[in-house]
Amino acid sequence: MSKIWVVVRKEWAEVFKNRFVLFAVIFMPLLFTAMPLGIMASMGGSADAEVVEMASGMEEYGMLCEGLTATACSQYFIISQFLILFLMLPLIIPVTIAAYSIVGEKTTRTLEPVLATPITTIELLSGKALAGIIPALGATWLSYGLFLVGTVFLAVTPEIVGLVAQLMWLVAIFVLGPLLSLAGVCLAIMVSSRVNDPRVAEQLSSLVIIPLLGIFMGQSFGLFQVNLNVVIWMVLAVAVLDAVLIYFAAQLFQRETILTRWK
Amino acid sequence: MTEKTMISTTNLSKAFGDNQAVDRLSLSIPAGEVFGLLGPNGAGKTTTIRMLAALIAPTGGTASVAGLKIGEDDRQIRKQVGILTESPGLYDRLSAERNLGFFAALYEVEDIPGQVERYLRMLGLWERRHEEVGTFSKGMRQKLAIARALLHEPKVLFLDEPTSGLDPEASRVIRSFIGELRHEGRTLVICTHNLNEADRLCDRVAVFKSRLIALDSPTNLRRQLFGRRVVFHMTDPKPELVALLKQVEFVQDAELVEEKLVVTLDDPDTQNPRLIRELVSANGQIRFVGELRHSLEEVYLQLVRKQEEN
Repeated sequence: MSKIWVVVRKEWAEVFKNRFVLFAVIFMPLLFTAMPLGIMASMGGSADAEVVEMASGMEEYGMLCEGLTATACSQYFIISQFLILFLMLPLIIPVTIAAYSIVGEKTTRTLEPVLATPITTIELLSGKALAGIIPALGATWLSYGLFLVGTVFLAVTPEIVGLVAQLMWLVAIFVLGPLLSLAGVCLAIMVSSRVNDPRVAEQLSSLVIIPLLGIFMGQSFGLFQVNLNVVIWMVLAVAVLDAVLIYFAAQLFQRETILTRWK
Repeated sequence: MTEKTMISTTNLSKAFGDNQAVDRLSLSIPAGEVFGLLGPNGAGKTTTIRMLAALIAPTGGTASVAGLKIGEDDRQIRKQVGILTESPGLYDRLSAERNLGFFAALYEVEDIPGQVERYLRMLGLWERRHEEVGTFSKGMRQKLAIARALLHEPKVLFLDEPTSGLDPEASRVIRSFIGELRHEGRTLVICTHNLNEADRLCDRVAVFKSRLIALDSPTNLRRQLFGRRVVFHMTDPKPELVALLKQVEFVQDAELVEEKLVVTLDDPDTQNPRLIRELVSANGQIRFVGELRHSLEEVYLQLVRKQEEN
């Protein structure tokens, strides 16, 4: 069995006994899936006049709403605001897992015996990163899948399902999501090397969601709308950010650095 | 390096910035030896062990372990050595069995369940294998950490403070287990502040404070520092007996301490019979004869004090 997988399994066996981690991995995805579905269900067949007005005033929605009823247009406008929430999951979950996993190793002083084995630094780092990224992506993709299924039943017209599964959403969920997860893990590793409390590590690492929150708020207030171009630019920007973060995280995750400087 | 040498260092050094933690350490440890590294806190013992276990890189000198060079064959060295770190470093939320299973997989052990069972049984932890390590006592955790260091059957075992903070019973069990490991022919390097333990377990000890101060067997270190001293417990000791003994050509020193004659010699094994004859012929009433044995602690303190004076 690959040592990376050995590390992943050990991480899961340990961190999932922590209720904070369980909350992040189970409750948050459920919440983020239930919220838009709940709103769709509560809207029923009615259209909110204010929402229709706001949506039709935006170029993107003017185009999207072509051929849709006012009710369908307002329903899609509302649920599309939640796309950003599906991008927060792959960021928050790995940050939580990595913070507990790495700071936990520091406090229990388990890193030295691990580093004394023939495992390579890259295997250990990859195992820790994947232990955070896999549940995050699993939870995100499952949530998105449930959201799609819910949309099939709750959308006022079948066209809305197609809009929720359009390329922009797919790129965001399946390309941008993993890149954000990687950024979150790298940041958590860097922060964890400097602090000794998993909650502090988690809180500091979670600051990485601020740009996403900004987008969420901006979109909610109708300042701008996320479209495919914006998502592609985000993909490129996060890819570059990932490269930089991986470099610094790898520097901080050297055996000697961990043993002699991680306090 | 000879065929039987398991660990060899030449001017091995490690500096952390301006702090010279280990300074030109040269030593050779043969296979199967139990070797003690003694020194005060901050002397560089743990740093030395970490270098020899290929955990951190030296900043100077060379070293080899099991014929493999530090800095070149580090992964191979890690496969050949086991290490008991200063803190047991176990996963509290995992069971004893899971802890060992994880490390056995990292050490690429072929029969993981078999090895885990073997060492859990050997150290008396088999019945509690399913319990979380967080519920274990300090002694049990230390035993588990020793089991972890042995899972891959290393040729060399580094033990950093193996009985530190343990109660006498747990310490005794650990010491007895170390004794068993010695009979298996493994090379053991023990860092300890427990000089009594080092005296009992180690074939040779290195007294060390960044630099090597002394290196020899505890018996030889005693002899070099204090000579060998024989105590004659007398019924009626007289000062004339001291004068008589001082005239014997091989007696280095003799003194009367309470009711005992304390005589410093090179080789009591061959010289004692002659001294006994001299005393008896001078009407000395010998009750019994023994050797005044300095503790390793006295040897250690003397050596460290001398080094500080220099």
